[in-house]
Amino acid sequence: MNLNATLLGESIAFIVFVWFTMKYVWPPLNGAIEERQNKIADGLAASERAEKDLELAQEKATEQLKEAKAQAAEIIEQAKKRATQIVDEETQKGHDEREKIISQGYAEVDAERNRAKEDLRQQVSVLAVAGAAKILERHIDAAAHSDILDKLVAEL
Amino acid sequence: MAGELTTQGYIKHHLTNASVGEGFWTWHVDTLAWSILLGLVFILSFRSVAKKATVGVPGKFQCFVEMIVEFVGNSVKDTFHGKNPLIAPLALTIFVWVLLMNFMDIIPVDWLPTAAALIGGESWETIASGNSHIYMKVVPTTDLNMTAALALGVFVLMIFYSIKIKGFGGFMKELYAHPFNTPWLYWFNFILEVIALIAKPMSLALRLFGNLYAGELIFILIAGLMGIWQLPAHFIWAAFHLLVIPLQAFIFMMLTIVYLSLAHEDH
Repeated sequence: MNLNATLLGESIAFIVFVWFTMKYVWPPLNGAIEERQNKIADGLAASERAEKDLELAQEKATEQLKEAKAQAAEIIEQAKKRATQIVDEETQKGHDEREKIISQGYAEVDAERNRAKEDLRQQVSVLAVAGAAKILERHIDAAAHSDILDKLVAEL
Repeated sequence: MAGELTTQGYIKHHLTNASVGEGFWTWHVDTLAWSILLGLVFILSFRSVAKKATVGVPGKFQCFVEMIVEFVGNSVKDTFHGKNPLIAPLALTIFVWVLLMNFMDIIPVDWLPTAAALIGGESWETIASGNSHIYMKVVPTTDLNMTAALALGVFVLMIFYSIKIKGFGGFMKELYAHPFNTPWLYWFNFILEVIALIAKPMSLALRLFGNLYAGELIFILIAGLMGIWQLPAHFIWAAFHLLVIPLQAFIFMMLTIVYLSLAHEDH
């Protein structure tokens, strides 16, 4: 139980072990731990940043989607308006065309009638002259009485 | 009868170191061998981890080693506020080494001594009768030389850093000008403080030695006296001792840090 030389031996062993630990064991282990701690801290910060970025991106996306929807609605509205306009224009054009065709028809009919009237007048004058010639039973020179005939035709 | 196995003889046999040499120059071979073996187990296993320590995902053994390193590192950080690259490795060495040595206590008390006697050429009859001349005390911390060596190392560091930080004058002043700061009582202060200073390593050495020696002694007593009842008794005492073993290692480490922290404090 007495203290003896073992004390010296153990002291030397102790010094050697502490020296070895200080030189070759503690620094690499502690360094690895601290480096990993830094790495983890960085990773956590990065993930937090990414989360924030994602949130921002989502917000932006929602906004853009809303904008796009509004634009689409506007375009549809415009298209509808344009369509109505085109339909109106075409209807108008159709109306005009119809009017034109109708009035042309009227004009043609009028012209035809006038021509027919003219023809009739001509024929009536011939008939009248022939009738008159028959009635008078004498030969009348049509040329000599043409002025009277013309007057008659004008009166028809 | 010399051939009979007595309880007294059994206990005495278990408490005797294997030694060579005479007087002061006696070497406790078993203490030296086991402590150095366990110290090598500590530094070589930790060194093997340290050599290939990765910053990435650590292996299981690396995790285990890092847990201990971080535990010790935090204890040092909480208590020691100076900057000294020696303190943490010192604390780690003390903690793990003492822990390993203490854990030798859990190995059943007769295994290693009997094995040593058998290897040494003693017959079963000699060993059973307690007349073996081969001794083997396997728990180095139950040898006062071991704990005193640790305490002495800490003590030398305390003195060294006290003088290094405060200067020789500052160190002396701490011894005589405290707690009564009047020249009339300097002699009294000096006696008081020197006793307090020496009490630190003494308490370190004796606390560890006493706890482990008592624990070992109770294991031996249980084995020597209780017959068949030693089976549950051993279990119960081992379970309780399992608390004492790391606690004593932790206390030794913590007090080392505290004492060295005090040595670094400049008033």
